[in-house]
Amino acid sequence: MPVHAIVGTQTVPIDITLNGESRSLDVSPATTLLDLLRHDLALTGTKKGCDHGQCGACTVLIDGHRINSCLQLAVMQDGKEITTIEGLARDGALHPLQSAFIERDAFQCGYCTPGQICSGVALIEEGHAKSREEIREHMSGNICRCGAYPNIVDAIEDVLVQRGQFMKEAAE
Amino acid sequence: MLKNDTHVGSPRSRVDGPAKVTGQATYAAEFTAPDLAHAYVVGSGIARGTITAIDATEAEAVPGVIKVFTHENRPGTAWFSYKYQDMVGPPGDPFRPLASDEIQFSDQPVALVVAESFDVARHAASLVRVCYEQQPHETDLSRARHDSYEPPRKRTGIAPPPKPRGDAVKAFGEAPVRVSAEYTIATEHHNPMEPHATTVIWDGGGKITVHDKTQGVQNSQAYVASVFGLSSDDVRVVSPYVGGGFGSGLRPQHQLFLAVMASLALERSVRLELTRQQMFSHVHRPETINVLSLGADRDGKLRSIQHQAVAATSRFEDHQEVVVNWSGLLYPAENVDLRYELAKLDTYSPGDMRAPGAPLGVFALESAMDELAIATGVDPVELRLRNYAERDENDDVPFSSKELRACYRQGAEQFGWSRRNPKPGSMREGRELIGWGMASGVWEANMMKTSARAVLGADGRLAISCATSDIGTGTYTILTQIAADALGLAMEDVTVELGDSSLPTSPVQGGSWTAASAGSAVMAACQTLRETLFKQAAKIDGSPLADAAIDDVAFSDGRIVLRTDAARSVLLADAVGAGGHDKVEAEEAAGPGLIGMMLPKSHASYTHAAVFVEVRIDEDLGVMRVTRVVNAVAAGRILNPKTARSQIIGGVVWGIGMAMHEETLTDHRLGRMMNHSLSEYHVPANADIQDIEVIFVEEHDDKTSPIGVKGLGEIGIVGTAAAIANAVHHATGKRIRSLPITIDKILAG
Repeated sequence: MPVHAIVGTQTVPIDITLNGESRSLDVSPATTLLDLLRHDLALTGTKKGCDHGQCGACTVLIDGHRINSCLQLAVMQDGKEITTIEGLARDGALHPLQSAFIERDAFQCGYCTPGQICSGVALIEEGHAKSREEIREHMSGNICRCGAYPNIVDAIEDVLVQRGQFMKEAAE
Repeated sequence: MLKNDTHVGSPRSRVDGPAKVTGQATYAAEFTAPDLAHAYVVGSGIARGTITAIDATEAEAVPGVIKVFTHENRPGTAWFSYKYQDMVGPPGDPFRPLASDEIQFSDQPVALVVAESFDVARHAASLVRVCYEQQPHETDLSRARHDSYEPPRKRTGIAPPPKPRGDAVKAFGEAPVRVSAEYTIATEHHNPMEPHATTVIWDGGGKITVHDKTQGVQNSQAYVASVFGLSSDDVRVVSPYVGGGFGSGLRPQHQLFLAVMASLALERSVRLELTRQQMFSHVHRPETINVLSLGADRDGKLRSIQHQAVAATSRFEDHQEVVVNWSGLLYPAENVDLRYELAKLDTYSPGDMRAPGAPLGVFALESAMDELAIATGVDPVELRLRNYAERDENDDVPFSSKELRACYRQGAEQFGWSRRNPKPGSMREGRELIGWGMASGVWEANMMKTSARAVLGADGRLAISCATSDIGTGTYTILTQIAADALGLAMEDVTVELGDSSLPTSPVQGGSWTAASAGSAVMAACQTLRETLFKQAAKIDGSPLADAAIDDVAFSDGRIVLRTDAARSVLLADAVGAGGHDKVEAEEAAGPGLIGMMLPKSHASYTHAAVFVEVRIDEDLGVMRVTRVVNAVAAGRILNPKTARSQIIGGVVWGIGMAMHEETLTDHRLGRMMNHSLSEYHVPANADIQDIEVIFVEEHDDKTSPIGVKGLGEIGIVGTAAAIANAVHHATGKRIRSLPITIDKILAG
């Protein structure tokens, strides 16, 4: 079948849980999860920075794992639980990492921020960031062109310390 | 009135923070409309030549494709070249998308596919067939530099090199100590995280609302009106959030033209978002070659400074920056010769990128100063103190303020510079060579005419508005702080609206001038508001302020209070009501003023910095890390230490990228940029950035702007790359004079 017979004409049904809500959707097999979120579901908090899995701006949580949504086709998500930046705050209260990002000034233009926060939330759950160096390493899939990196590390460190997962280091 | 303030001068979190951390901040490609069409650009495969045939038949046959625009069928736009000029462009003929069959650079837009969905537009774009007749191109500056020329028409706002002073060649020849070398900086691309995008909302009746990735909504508005022959009432540009600019959004980019063209032709809303690859088809920092020669006495005192630079530009515009003037400004010498030339390449026009020109010229100058320090045996900091400029010798005027000495002293102390063993390769830990280097930084401090409006409602809430942008600089926040203090309100009672062309006039956000300019405009509008409110409060029957003068009162906690008797006060809400309306409004402009602009320059305004850097280099593998940076900055009044620190950290990260990572590589056989992605064009990642400490040196400046501000957006990058190169020399004994300093250069050097 020629490609353009598929693009934009056929759809495939999927059932997902999106930000805690069950959704039944008909998606084009050529559409990425990122474009599904941004174009079809008006969830533009998830950002497109490169569309090639190189910048991390599109990071979302799929079944709790941080994943570049530009590298996922929408049709692959059947049965998955997806959380985007819009779904992190619960009952009007920001996630502790969202608050820490504000407090630590961990962003400037804000465009990479949703991806940084989703990535950071998963990193905290992964439980293997025990030092600032490890935070830096495990957050290096998310580019921040404004260069807020030291503040991003501060914000994640704050939440790890709050949760008792991390001992505050003396000055490095 | 900026004394005893509550908010100004104190660290405050960004007021746009909650929107940004929850995904509610809306960027250019995120606005939508019913019936929105999606556009996708087809780029040229050659760098120079003509299109001999273009066939869109197959693309147009794809279900869902609305139209394919090419030079053969695109609607007419303005004829004269000047109609395409924008507020900040250089001399020349601006690029006109799809204007003819001529190809001027690789990946030039040759067609625009518009379709019902993004997927369809992207797919159909791959089916557009283009045939070319190729002509020889030149994209290699190392060859084109031999045909360099002094730009015949100067770019507005860019100072050409000053006239030579003394006889620099002769003095250099006679100097007992001489250093002379060539220093080069690679082409760089801005790569803001948000790709350039424009969403045009067709409002009907020929009116459009444009959401553009821009650092100047009124620049985009004026461009669209001029090019498409529209009245400015028919074009409104609204861009409240911008996902990074760094200069790439100063001039209208081709996606703005193409999206508006399609919307007007199809009479429907259109969105065009460039891909990351296509972000390399427009603005970039020009590759620049510096030749720098210093002649000095044995004690390091400079006798002669010669600095010549050749920078790349396009064949159709003379993009110009200030590259060499810094060498005549930072250090005094009796013999100075500075020259700046351009060389034409078959590329898109370069443009301003964070501190345009300065980190290029200063890399050369500050590397050469380090070489001079070694040649004379004088400590690098001491060498700079021995050659400290007390006045701007380029223009022969005093500085408005200059606390660079304090930057050197405080930066060196914080860094521990006195513990440095000057011998290269002498400091090591295991297999790691440790290098400590330093450099000076300098950037312009400007104020531009800007207007702002302040409206206080009967509910006690203050609304501030101005057309300027906040590209991540913190403008929303500092304007909130200034306005809250001026009216004695909590920051929560102030809202700031920016990035809308219908708001009071502002220049583009660039040149580090927004805080000084928009901040002064907000202050002026609030002053007028205070005067009106006070008059209205004093007129209230039985007013406790009836016999007071405005200087006798303070605005505090939502009241106008008599300073000598806090019991006598009027609620702001009552003062508003006393005017007979439900609000009080003031709009004011602030700027250098016509008189100030016409008089000869009475002083020079610059920000300064001293950057100290530690690098660690694996002696076998050549892998380098920048482990520690201390940047001491003198930039006048600091409005918000929290966001100000972030500005400097961001600048330092850019300096690290310039020094170690960033380089756009062109295959000169094809005339095409080859590493046009974020996996191959390297920018610093989190693991590349370690300890960065920012010091704001106290500096009082009453000449640059009425609020004492000099600007912070760019100074952080200037000098950082030179400090790193100097640290590399200290670690390894290798002097690397071409940026970026990649592993191959460290191993070979």
